[in-house]
Amino acid sequence: MRWAGAAALAALLVLPALASSYVVTVFIFIFFYAYLGQAWNIVGGYAGQLSAGHAAFVGLGAYTAVVLSLRAGLSPWLGMLVGAALSAVLGAVIGFLGFRFGLRGFYFVLLTVAFAEVCRIVALNVDAVGGALGLYITFTGNPWQFQFQDNRVYYYIALAFLLLATGVVALLERHRAGIYLSAIREDEMASEALGVDAFRYKMLAMVVSSFLTGLGGTFYAYYLFSLQPNAVFGIPLSVEIIIRPIVGGAGTLAGPILGAFIVSPLQELSRLYFSGGGWHGAHLIAYGVLLIVVVLFLPQGAYPYVRRILGRARA
Amino acid sequence: MTPLLTAERLSKSFGGVQAVKDLSFDVGEGEMLALIGPNGAGKTTVFALLSGFLRPDAGDVRLRGHSLVGEKPHAIVARGLARTFQIVRPFPRLTVLRNVMVGALARHPHPPTAEARARAVLDEVGLGGASHRPAGALTLAERKRLELARALATEPALLLLDEVMAGLNDAETERIVELVRGINARGVAILLIEHVMRAVMALAQRIVVISGGERIADGRPDTIARDPRVIEAYLGDEHVDAAPA
Repeated sequence: MRWAGAAALAALLVLPALASSYVVTVFIFIFFYAYLGQAWNIVGGYAGQLSAGHAAFVGLGAYTAVVLSLRAGLSPWLGMLVGAALSAVLGAVIGFLGFRFGLRGFYFVLLTVAFAEVCRIVALNVDAVGGALGLYITFTGNPWQFQFQDNRVYYYIALAFLLLATGVVALLERHRAGIYLSAIREDEMASEALGVDAFRYKMLAMVVSSFLTGLGGTFYAYYLFSLQPNAVFGIPLSVEIIIRPIVGGAGTLAGPILGAFIVSPLQELSRLYFSGGGWHGAHLIAYGVLLIVVVLFLPQGAYPYVRRILGRARA
Repeated sequence: MTPLLTAERLSKSFGGVQAVKDLSFDVGEGEMLALIGPNGAGKTTVFALLSGFLRPDAGDVRLRGHSLVGEKPHAIVARGLARTFQIVRPFPRLTVLRNVMVGALARHPHPPTAEARARAVLDEVGLGGASHRPAGALTLAERKRLELARALATEPALLLLDEVMAGLNDAETERIVELVRGINARGVAILLIEHVMRAVMALAQRIVVISGGERIADGRPDTIARDPRVIEAYLGDEHVDAAPA
């Protein structure tokens, strides 16, 4: 498994030298959504707290970095950290309200969606941050402004983000906190009876997850050169974040990455084939069907099956 | 000598139902005490009050002189009181080893140390061979032993066992009785809720009987078995059991 991982990483490192710009772009999105999925995985997968409002952290992180850059001239490399810190604070507020007052299951889902929607509506109506038009970034190609002439630089940054988040999760898995989080997911009351401070560990998961997600917001803004409230705070983005770890296997290290390599190419193919001739939006139907298939046939995601197949191949 | 655990005039009501009424008892260091009573007597509520899952309306719980009222369950575990649940609550998708590690991590924050501890506990309860199976795949008898193993892995001074023998056959019950006796012999005090009277009589050094949330008797097993109030409380219960379905 480790060798397979190392070989895959080596292949990904040399890929931009060989592949077309289109392929590189597809991979950037795979890495980026795998990154966001991995960040969500900490609270949604390991701790089992279904946040359906993670777009709030992407948006807050993105807006913070862009506004600080436009208004105060702060480099997005630094603004990124400020945005992530603010996202972590927002995550702590949502987590405190949810976990302190025992909102579980659908109630926690609703709480997280509500916060993301409030963020979206605020951003839509505050002219100082661009209102409904959003914010646009002028291209300068200055690396200090998180801008690059060469698409391949974004590729490596996105890959580095993904490795960072995966490293954090791998570390968590080996630490007491990771074991505690999976115990909380399985049975919170039983975990407390065994000495787990469930509130504290759920808060930790939420803060780390929202910090990493907020970090991703800056990448999103500076890769797309624009920010619209409906795009970065909207429910569709929250769904995009969740769908990959669930398809790949929530609460597993490889799940979000596997999910991204399944979902993103599918999305790309359905867009290619259904984009013209009155088929607009059909990719969303394909998406919905995929989700239904996963829930029905792979309730644990694809990872356990892939691992079994790999194990059989070795035996 | 001050007792290990003191429950002092505990009361708890749910709406209009008084589940526990002015209940006092104590558990000595290393003692094995059984808490018995007819169905609905309030035994499980007492466990929830002692382990911090419920807060008493009145009264106090002290472990080695330190009040536990208002403390969270995890903090009470850290003080040395662990419990099992009547309806076992394994972490179904985690392996048996991981399940027990969760308990062991309370004393050994470093996972490899906790793992070694968990393996030792699994061997003690006879689940060593099942350590890599998901807990959801265990039989009821194995789940009962897993429930016991997890609580034991927190290295308690007092272990509260809520009907760990219910639903088991005679051979399985015998194994658990031996296991519980062995744990107690190592100096762990045990408070036992049990309906299997054979097991209670075999294990308990002292028995507290409650009915309607109140203590009706407290004494050695042989005197309890002859106590008219106990016989009365149980006869009603048996009468219900004997009625044609």
